[in-house]
Amino acid sequence: MNLTVNGKMLSFEADPDMPLLWALRDILDIKGPKFGCGVGLCGACTVIIDGKAVRSCQIVAADVTTEVRTIEGLASDKTLHPVQQAWMDEQVAQCGYCQTGQIMNAVALLESNPRPSDADIDEAMAGNLCRCGTYPRIRAAIKRAATEMAGA
Amino acid sequence: MSTIGKIARRTFLFGTAAVAGGVAFGYYSYTKPFANPLKDGLAAGEATFNPYVKIGSDGKITIIAPRAEMGQGSYTTLAALVCEELDVRLDQVSIEHGPPSPAYFNAAALSEGAPVPQFDEGMVAESLRAALKIVAKFVALQFTGGSTSMADGFEKMRYAGAGAREALKEAAARKLGVATSTLQTADGVISHPASGRSLSYGALASDAATIEAPSGITLRDRKGWKILGKPQPRKDMRAKVTGAPIFGVDVTLPDMLYGTVRMNPSPGGKMKSFDATAALAMPGVTKVVAIDSPYGQGIGVIADNTWRAFKAAEAVDIKWEHGPAPANSVEIDAVLKTTLDGPGFFTLRTIGDPDRIFADAPRDKVVEAEYDAPYLAHAAMEPMNATARLKDDVLEVWAPNQAPTLIQVVGTRITGLPADRIRVHTTFLGGGFGRRIEPDFSDYAIRLAREGEGRPVKVTWTREEDMTHGPYRPVAKSRYRAVLGGDGMPRALTGSVASPSVAANAVERYFPDVPMGGPDNMLIDGAYNQPYGIENYRIDGRKASLAVPVGFWRSVGYSYNTFMHESFIDEIAHIGGKDPLELRRALMSDFPVALGVIDKVATMVSWSTPPAPGRARGLAFALSFGTWVAQIIEVSKTAGTIRIEKVWCAADPGIVLDPLNFKAQMMSGIIYGLSAAVGQQITFADGVVEQSNFHAYDALRMNQSPAIEVELLENAHRLGGAGEPGTPPSMPALGNAIFALTGKRLRALPFSKEVDFA
Repeated sequence: MNLTVNGKMLSFEADPDMPLLWALRDILDIKGPKFGCGVGLCGACTVIIDGKAVRSCQIVAADVTTEVRTIEGLASDKTLHPVQQAWMDEQVAQCGYCQTGQIMNAVALLESNPRPSDADIDEAMAGNLCRCGTYPRIRAAIKRAATEMAGA
Repeated sequence: MSTIGKIARRTFLFGTAAVAGGVAFGYYSYTKPFANPLKDGLAAGEATFNPYVKIGSDGKITIIAPRAEMGQGSYTTLAALVCEELDVRLDQVSIEHGPPSPAYFNAAALSEGAPVPQFDEGMVAESLRAALKIVAKFVALQFTGGSTSMADGFEKMRYAGAGAREALKEAAARKLGVATSTLQTADGVISHPASGRSLSYGALASDAATIEAPSGITLRDRKGWKILGKPQPRKDMRAKVTGAPIFGVDVTLPDMLYGTVRMNPSPGGKMKSFDATAALAMPGVTKVVAIDSPYGQGIGVIADNTWRAFKAAEAVDIKWEHGPAPANSVEIDAVLKTTLDGPGFFTLRTIGDPDRIFADAPRDKVVEAEYDAPYLAHAAMEPMNATARLKDDVLEVWAPNQAPTLIQVVGTRITGLPADRIRVHTTFLGGGFGRRIEPDFSDYAIRLAREGEGRPVKVTWTREEDMTHGPYRPVAKSRYRAVLGGDGMPRALTGSVASPSVAANAVERYFPDVPMGGPDNMLIDGAYNQPYGIENYRIDGRKASLAVPVGFWRSVGYSYNTFMHESFIDEIAHIGGKDPLELRRALMSDFPVALGVIDKVATMVSWSTPPAPGRARGLAFALSFGTWVAQIIEVSKTAGTIRIEKVWCAADPGIVLDPLNFKAQMMSGIIYGLSAAVGQQITFADGVVEQSNFHAYDALRMNQSPAIEVELLENAHRLGGAGEPGTPPSMPALGNAIFALTGKRLRALPFSKEVDFA
């Protein structure tokens, strides 16, 4: 099957029922999306498809027809995406395992809503679990990124 | 026998790690320095000065941070300790976890865990702590736990940096023909200002590494610190915001196979039989094997990707036997009740004569309460996993783990190979919280690697497998009683705590042949060792016998005892007509560090100003892992649901090595504790765990997360920990706030059993 990931068309063999998450991780060696729960409850596997944050464990790879964006595609050359930079500036990550999913969800949020309110952030991010409790800094980083992106 | 000998012998009764380590690793003379484990693995041009520092001729400086980075930031701060004395910037160094080695023993984990209250600085307590440090070195334990990385590394890591610096200076002095006292060091360069000449560390490294560092190096006074005490950007941050493959699940090796396990969900239960016909017929599935390990019986699957391994494991038809654990939570509760009513108990600290006060007390002056806490899963974001390869009589294990030397023990047990043929690579950990001290995930991976015909096998558990097998934070039940005087002050307080012993259970699991007896101070940590000056006082602990595996969960005994003890102090305050903050101030008046954090948090929240209508506040205090913490939580109620609005936290670890990271750890500990308090519990039905994934065992989400404000103080005399001390006070502070708001006293965790949360 064919899949476009971060602008690159990739051809590979996979079972017809294989979730996108496992196609990305185990076949295409794209390790940014993480396995956390396998049932769409934690958000660690979040990627962006058609501008929307999607749990890659809940969509079959064979059903994906448009481009998949993962965290590997966010930075251009050595320059981090403003959301990644905000995560650096706010020193968000602790263990870091959920953060690729958090960042992809935040990117999708800011692309559709450049000035999110606290309630917007709550609603968009509630599906992404973090066991280290980095939520206060995630919130601060989203606001910082929104300001940076508005000024750019 | 010498005094230290006597103390050490006594120590073996309760020092879990000491008992375990002594048997497992053999005895090392504590005066003999350990071999530098870096000497065997040097790259071309690289020289090593001690187990913590490598410098290449190209100027590349590598620091070994021999504690697992699981989010707590020790990777960066341990390196900062070395940099401070080595005179290099943090951005000039790279950091590695390093190999497993007795050179990286954790002395503080034992001395900070000594069964004496941490506020007790008297001679007995100090000598016991000192003796335990020696025991730790004897048994050479390398593990990350007990919030001890900084206490353990504070001097060691700085001496490592200073020793390397002095050796480099000596090499430069010889090369330049000048006295070392005329040299200056900064940013990895040694300069001789008088002549304007300079040499880089890289150019000097190979010569300097052969020079013995002079003895009698004095560490710098903190007034001169350039890195420590100031916020440092975490060295692992960029990898973590770019999705770099740094975790155990990301390990990728040539020719790698993929596996998973399905173990008996009934703790301790055997596997009667299994039929793998359907699984083996599935594409990509190569093997289905029985696993019979000290951690459980079940099956392992090997396939060509993780998804296929998961599907095949599900397709195996397995007949399980029930284990010896009670069938359901009602039966478990009955065991706890029986244990509380029974005759067996231990105490570690009794003050005055509480029994006499109770006997003489009028009934209306006696306050009684019973508290409950459930089993809890750690639910780290990264499910348990490990990768192993057995080839040419060498076992290699790649694992996100907190105890690499324990993996060597397990590896020897399974393969018969000696420790020097077992290499353990510690990846970054996607959360640890104590769960990754356990060797079960490595054990299973090693067993599947034996079937891998020399190829590496990455064994990933499903979330369901992770959540339903523990080891769990133990269940606990306690009864507290107090006698109040006419002034409302407690004249006597006693508590009885029944819970399975984590110490006994963990030792049995790690070293099945070692009997573990005696008191377990962790069982009553957070109750018996708090700085409350009540003149008649006793806490007793009772080991409940329950065949459910229990382990180290962030803050261990404090995670339930602080909830129970601090809730009871709050009850006493209300019944005695005292302000809960003023009562604590009065009871802890001999401890200025405790008063410091209480007064600080009171100022942060303006305690004397009542909250807005419809809101209320609760306070709690704990001294745990050497850090003194007071927290106030404000809650509101709308349409019948409770919302946690804000948490204020004042903490005193003595010395704050990185304020930004320390505050992050307090926040983390608070949200971890509140997640448990609001809704988490592991329960049993028909002998198996009922919660299998985050739908039934959730944690606080972004929309439920309160605002959190943290302030730090530095009055304590000893360096305390960061990873755990934020957790214990959060649960009682929430319960006390809900009481203040609703008048309903919540004595059983989680609170969602009795109230609804937003």
